[in-house]
Amino acid sequence: MLTIKKVPTVVSNYQENSEKGFEGCGRNCLGKCCLPVSKLPLYAFKEDNSNLIGNSVEKSSEEQPQICFLHNLLLGQWEDRMSRGLFRYDVTACDKKIIPGRYGFIAQLNKGRHLKKRPTEFRVDKVLQDFDETKFNFTKVGQEEVLFRFEKSNDHRRRFFPTAPPVTADSDSSSVVAINVSPIEYGHVLLIPQVLNCLPQKIDHGSFLLALHFAIEAADPFFRVGYNSLGAFATINHLHFQAYYLAASFPVEKAPTRRIMTMKGREDKGVIISQLLNYPVRGLVFEGGNTIQDLSDSVASSCIFLQNNNIPFNCYAEKQARGEAIQELLDTQVNPAVWEISGHIVLKRQEDFDDASETCAWRILAEVSLSNKRFNEVKAHILEAAGFQTETEEKNRDHEGESIHDQPSPKAVAHLPQDCMVFH
Amino acid sequence: MALLLHSVLITLTTGARPPLFADACSSFPLLLLGKSHWTDRDLRWLSLSLVPLIEVDFLSLCLDSKILTKIPHGIGANWQSKVDTEEDFQVSTISMESQLGLIERSFSTRYSPWVREALEELPHNFTISDPTISGHPIVFASPGFLKLSGFPRDQVIGNNGRIFQGPKTNRKTVMEIREAIREERAVQVALWNYRKDGTPFWMLFQLSPVFSKEDGRVIHFIGVQVPILRKKRLTDDGDAAAWNEIVCGSCRREVCSDSLVDLGRVLALDTDTNCRGVEAEEPCEASLINSSLNISLGRIKQSFVLIDPHLPNMPIVYASDAFLKLTGYDRHEVLGCNWRFLSGAGTDSSVLNQIQESIQVEQACTVCFLNYRKDKSTFWNLLHMSPVRNATGKIAYFVGVQMEEKCKSQDRHGLSPEIWQLSAVGAVKVAVRSLSMGASCSNSSDRFNTL
Repeated sequence: MLTIKKVPTVVSNYQENSEKGFEGCGRNCLGKCCLPVSKLPLYAFKEDNSNLIGNSVEKSSEEQPQICFLHNLLLGQWEDRMSRGLFRYDVTACDKKIIPGRYGFIAQLNKGRHLKKRPTEFRVDKVLQDFDETKFNFTKVGQEEVLFRFEKSNDHRRRFFPTAPPVTADSDSSSVVAINVSPIEYGHVLLIPQVLNCLPQKIDHGSFLLALHFAIEAADPFFRVGYNSLGAFATINHLHFQAYYLAASFPVEKAPTRRIMTMKGREDKGVIISQLLNYPVRGLVFEGGNTIQDLSDSVASSCIFLQNNNIPFNCYAEKQARGEAIQELLDTQVNPAVWEISGHIVLKRQEDFDDASETCAWRILAEVSLSNKRFNEVKAHILEAAGFQTETEEKNRDHEGESIHDQPSPKAVAHLPQDCMVFH
Repeated sequence: MALLLHSVLITLTTGARPPLFADACSSFPLLLLGKSHWTDRDLRWLSLSLVPLIEVDFLSLCLDSKILTKIPHGIGANWQSKVDTEEDFQVSTISMESQLGLIERSFSTRYSPWVREALEELPHNFTISDPTISGHPIVFASPGFLKLSGFPRDQVIGNNGRIFQGPKTNRKTVMEIREAIREERAVQVALWNYRKDGTPFWMLFQLSPVFSKEDGRVIHFIGVQVPILRKKRLTDDGDAAAWNEIVCGSCRREVCSDSLVDLGRVLALDTDTNCRGVEAEEPCEASLINSSLNISLGRIKQSFVLIDPHLPNMPIVYASDAFLKLTGYDRHEVLGCNWRFLSGAGTDSSVLNQIQESIQVEQACTVCFLNYRKDKSTFWNLLHMSPVRNATGKIAYFVGVQMEEKCKSQDRHGLSPEIWQLSAVGAVKVAVRSLSMGASCSNSSDRFNTL
């Protein structure tokens, strides 16, 4: 029977060199030596605290070109790196298909993605681990793998600087978008918040907000920004998010949801939380929010709770087609990572690809999902951490019809894992 | 076309109620074997359960489960004769009234009452069929479709879509459609259909499933028909605006105005022939780009063309608006032309060879050469060509992105010219790769299916 075993992948061309020791800097890396004097382009986003839900969909003609901007920048830069041969393989040459069935799981045959040798070891049973300088981290990445810097604008306006002013040595706000040299799809990038600060793989409010802004700026429901915690397939203990384009609905996005009725906490932040139904993995959906910050904080608080309780998880965010609510997918899962859970499955062998079926995919994912009972326990805690109180489940059932589906279905799914499994 | 599906699906999926016969299939034959006397309801259940078994030899199935011995006299005889003459099963023993009753209930039990009205208002050609009723009949036909096919409504409702097929209809294509229905996924094909007066017409047909909100089962299929005419016609913006109004009116959701202009463009495109110099009797399937891809490509602002390298003269199969603006040509003058058509007397032929070679070895290339507009004026074209693969990883097209050198008036929003060009390449690659996976129109319609 087919099982998914996640093998760590190489995300940077500099990763495998790390054993050789570091040559000082003439290497144009992302460390304190080189980044401050780099000429990387900078995309400065506007921190938007306006009411997301209430915003009308009209876009002024002035705004319109801006919305495509990050899209063009990212795609153009990515294609440029492709033509320079920086990727380990051509991901567009990988066979992929939608598995027939209700959910349409997406299977990809990718023989080049997985490492052949034994990966770098670190404990996979602890979600929070300290940053280890001796292991590979993103300050060692060469600047050619970086597409642009992505930071908050200083003057509340969206700006692009083709050749950015240098980062000052004491400024810790430099975040970058780099390519993933083993892409799962076209446009697969890594968002590394505050790269110089060498943060371990752990969510905090600030970094999550940055990731959410990234999803918003891309303004495309098919551009998803995801996160794997340690123990849930993140293999580099340096804070990073992943993102790529797939112009199709993920199976998890097609799953129905049921809104969790909540009594408002001390302040009503306007965030709506729903539970995923009819999907092999247990999850939660976060959407809405009076401001982006509110939504981001709710999710970040939930993630922090999970981290502190050593529960591995995955999540992703995407901006909905209507330009209103942001959906975030919060999965907690051990074995498959955020993209597998969401329904995009990468397979190594031809026969696995040929035989892929929805039943198969379902079974794989269901195996690693948390039991209902455990999920409910954790869910209650998550909601508390996010500032909500729940009413009892029974009431929910009757009011199923009330679940709002006016907007295209937002998906943020929290899949809860079983005990951590060590993998090779 | 994908957008039309949006609007129909939106209309249908607001206010769904549970389908009537959801459990029929699972309780056959256990339910019926034990009975000595069959009621009308049993017969209905029996027929419904046969729908998924559409290719199975009905006779052998019955014999295996020993049902034939239990069938009331006369009914078995009818069924037997049906097996000999038809591939699918129309259980005519169910009285006409109950069949019509089922069809009526197909809508009324699932959707809110104003759905029919709203659907009637949509200007396009489409049908809605119900796979849970025996024979998979059409339960709704838009006025546009009735006009197109020439059939009166009472000859369409209750019948299967095969009544529009005829001698020229490609059997293999029909099998493709059948398979898609069985696998409950969308499909898009081109095939011959026949009007009531017997005249055939070539059309692009897109079929899409509608899933129930309650249990995720397929409750309807929507079929959209776009006839492909010989005449080359461009739709002006006035028509696009009119469609804008109509589609918006019947949809509860607002639709982004950009996509409606796309729809106008797509429908205009579908009415053009893409083949130059091909016999009128044989429309070229290969050079059609499906409508979803057209819509996605339409969002890309740069000047570019798509070339099909598999066809003998490597024709242009898609041209962006910006390309038409740059070169001064109309779309119908460009589609189907060989990619060299912009070159002229002053063009360096070695560059043309270079491009040809790159296509042959499936490599990207960047060149700069002299091009001629429609008005014979020249410009230096900085062209970037790249292979574009579809979801199977094989090369589907080549994309060529043009940039007029030294063009300062071009608004690139601060991006360098190279990045601006490459981003068009990237956007095309994402579009072609994603949309060619399995069901081509599932991307847009799926988002609404589980509402």
